[in-house]
Amino acid sequence: MHVSIQQLNKSFGPVRANQDITIAFAAGQIHGILGENGAGKSTLMKLLSGVYKPDSGQIFINGNAVTLGTPRLAVQIGIGMVGQDPLDVPVFSVLENIACGLQMPSDADIRQQIMHWSTTLGFPLHPDQRMRDLTVGQRQQVEIVRLLIAGSHVLILDEPTTGITAAQVAALFAALKTIVATGKTVLFVTHKLDEIEVLCNTVTVLRAGQLVGTQLAMPISKEAMLTAMFGEFLTHPQVPAKPIPTDAPRWQLSDTMLQDTTFVLGPLNLSLPKGMIIGLAGLEGSGQRVFMHHLAGTAHPDRGHVHFNGQPLTRANPLVAWLPADRLHEGIIGAMSLSEHVQLLRDSLLAANQNATEKTAQLIVDYAIKATPDMPLQQLSGGNQQRAMLALIPESAQGILLEHPTRGLDTVSAMAIWQRLQVRRDNGATVLFFSADLSEIMQYSDAVLVFFGGQVSRLLARDSLSEEALAALIGGVGFAEVSA
Amino acid sequence: MNWTQLLTDIAAIIAVSAPLIIATMGIYLSERAGVINLSVDGSMLLAGMTGFAVAYTTNSVVLGFVAAALVGGLIAALIAYLGVSLRISQTAIGFVLALLCTDLSSFLGNPYVQQTGPAVPAWSIPGLTTIPVLGQLLFSHDAVIYLSLTLVPLIAWWMMRTRSGLIVRGLGERPDALFARGIDVIRWRYVMVIIGGVLIGLAGAAYTLDLKQGWTYRHMAGTGWIALAIVIFGAWRPWRILLGCYFFAALQTMASRLQDNSWQIPTQVLQVAPFVVMILVLAVVNSLGAPELQRWINRLPTPLRRMIRFLTSPAPAALGQPFIQQ
Repeated sequence: MHVSIQQLNKSFGPVRANQDITIAFAAGQIHGILGENGAGKSTLMKLLSGVYKPDSGQIFINGNAVTLGTPRLAVQIGIGMVGQDPLDVPVFSVLENIACGLQMPSDADIRQQIMHWSTTLGFPLHPDQRMRDLTVGQRQQVEIVRLLIAGSHVLILDEPTTGITAAQVAALFAALKTIVATGKTVLFVTHKLDEIEVLCNTVTVLRAGQLVGTQLAMPISKEAMLTAMFGEFLTHPQVPAKPIPTDAPRWQLSDTMLQDTTFVLGPLNLSLPKGMIIGLAGLEGSGQRVFMHHLAGTAHPDRGHVHFNGQPLTRANPLVAWLPADRLHEGIIGAMSLSEHVQLLRDSLLAANQNATEKTAQLIVDYAIKATPDMPLQQLSGGNQQRAMLALIPESAQGILLEHPTRGLDTVSAMAIWQRLQVRRDNGATVLFFSADLSEIMQYSDAVLVFFGGQVSRLLARDSLSEEALAALIGGVGFAEVSA
Repeated sequence: MNWTQLLTDIAAIIAVSAPLIIATMGIYLSERAGVINLSVDGSMLLAGMTGFAVAYTTNSVVLGFVAAALVGGLIAALIAYLGVSLRISQTAIGFVLALLCTDLSSFLGNPYVQQTGPAVPAWSIPGLTTIPVLGQLLFSHDAVIYLSLTLVPLIAWWMMRTRSGLIVRGLGERPDALFARGIDVIRWRYVMVIIGGVLIGLAGAAYTLDLKQGWTYRHMAGTGWIALAIVIFGAWRPWRILLGCYFFAALQTMASRLQDNSWQIPTQVLQVAPFVVMILVLAVVNSLGAPELQRWINRLPTPLRRMIRFLTSPAPAALGQPFIQQ
């Protein structure tokens, strides 16, 4: 199916999210859509899949003008989107989730087609699995199979490699190539250049709501893509790692067993020194979250103690700041503004609000947050919410725990966040973070802890590691030699 | 206790539970689609009063039921408009309407207090009544009770086995996902809330024209609230809701039997006792789902753990939450 867009416009208030977009996507190809956060990629895809109504402009399917603007029409035409958080029903089985909303085919046929597509695409899915028991990667696979069974001709994938394992990424890429070989069209939205390089036939670059490169045939150098994305070329400066100090540790675990309802970690013997950035490496779900809960004092070990500054940690400690991955649910109060959050942090219930306003204005400048002090945080983009959470860490914090600190952020925002964290480290705070991105761990950590098979390695100096060596450890190769 | 007495009691339980089953099924349909109709108690009173008044005036039981269904459906349509379209808090709307309809039923129903009107005729199913035990238990009742007996299997089958049932279940769990599949979430919610309201209205008339014939001030006040509680007890599963209805009806039957037995317990206590017991059971069952207890429950042997899991399944995830189209 041939999809083209002419002069498409969409604004949200004063923000022109998409301006005069004109583009055509040939069938049977994977088209990369590249751009930094807020470039307008998601808006364009939501216009195509009928979630948003365009302000003006037209969409042509096989040369015929169509009116989109509701998902129902997009479904009828055959355009389907797999979101970053797949839109499925957790309590449903895979089969029910796929059947929901379809009149045809019968359950038996759907069951057969699930098996067929699972084999063809290499997705290990079973029709009777519950959606809530699946990982994000598997849910994404279900969505792709669902769209295929529903008869979609155009599949839109929005940042699909976020939060899924390397094996799932490989399976996804192979599957997408199989799918386009049957004449379908894939639109692949990402901000990762590597993915465009290995996967896409063409790349389209968006910057600030406008097209800056349309249908560029691959291969294109990374430098050229970066220039198109940012208008200037950026390099990652290599930050020298700090040596591991030997003075009194920030956190101390001695023969400690950590546990939650699903996971047991330990026994652990670890000293985490002051003034370091420590990366937690490991496959997602290897116990990093349990570990952080215990270091934050919000969970208590089954055996032994977690000591913080020499004191046993028995409850959440104001000197430890924790930035969870699920920002809107656990991190911030979406309906409240930054200045209200600043007021929440104050010691006195009766302190004047005047200072808070000044302080908020200062934080907005320091952390380059695109917001006014009185804007509810839920209206901010992901990157700005992350910066806001960071800004709200009290100056007094001596321990900072971060889950995926730069997930979903563009390169510039990520660098800005790391600069702030390095300042905190230099002031003596110990920063722990986990990230699915090994190069981020290698770039910014002073030392690394590897999580594997319910155990944690000893603290490894980053300079003693290479990215390849770290990848091997995460997979368990040579883990025995470094385990504590 | 002798055999005949037991049969009579069980038959009584089946009869007493009939309106409750119809009402809980109405609540179930609405809540599965994600909308709370908290007005049930008031709805049942107003619909029951209207049903009785219409039947009394026209001398037609059928017209009485039609009127009751209309009243229940209209109140539900109002709830859908305010809660689904205007996205006002469903809890607030429900409470206000419950109070309003209760008072309205007392005010408008004044002329019909203590009047004798038509009632649902008994209708033994020919041939089947002669079956020993079952004949007396199941087939010697009237149309309302037969409806209650067929409603649960029918709704359970529809909800669990059909594509439209699947859509309704999805509506209460994650409406965004259904919207993305091209389903008109708002329209489906309207339809389900109104069907639920119709059943709630019929349940009201089932009291005034059948189980507790006639009309008095606050004729069966309280049962609507119990019906809401039974749906929670039943964890939004039709067969468990049915179990809850029978359990409550059994408590009520037991209470009225104790009154005959010249015990020294005041009648008022016996009348209220089933409500208290039901709420206590609900509190105990629900507290089993508390996260503090999970760790402890996880250490129990598997069959016991399964049973607790079965008892504590969670509410539809999107229950009471308005759907906002992007």
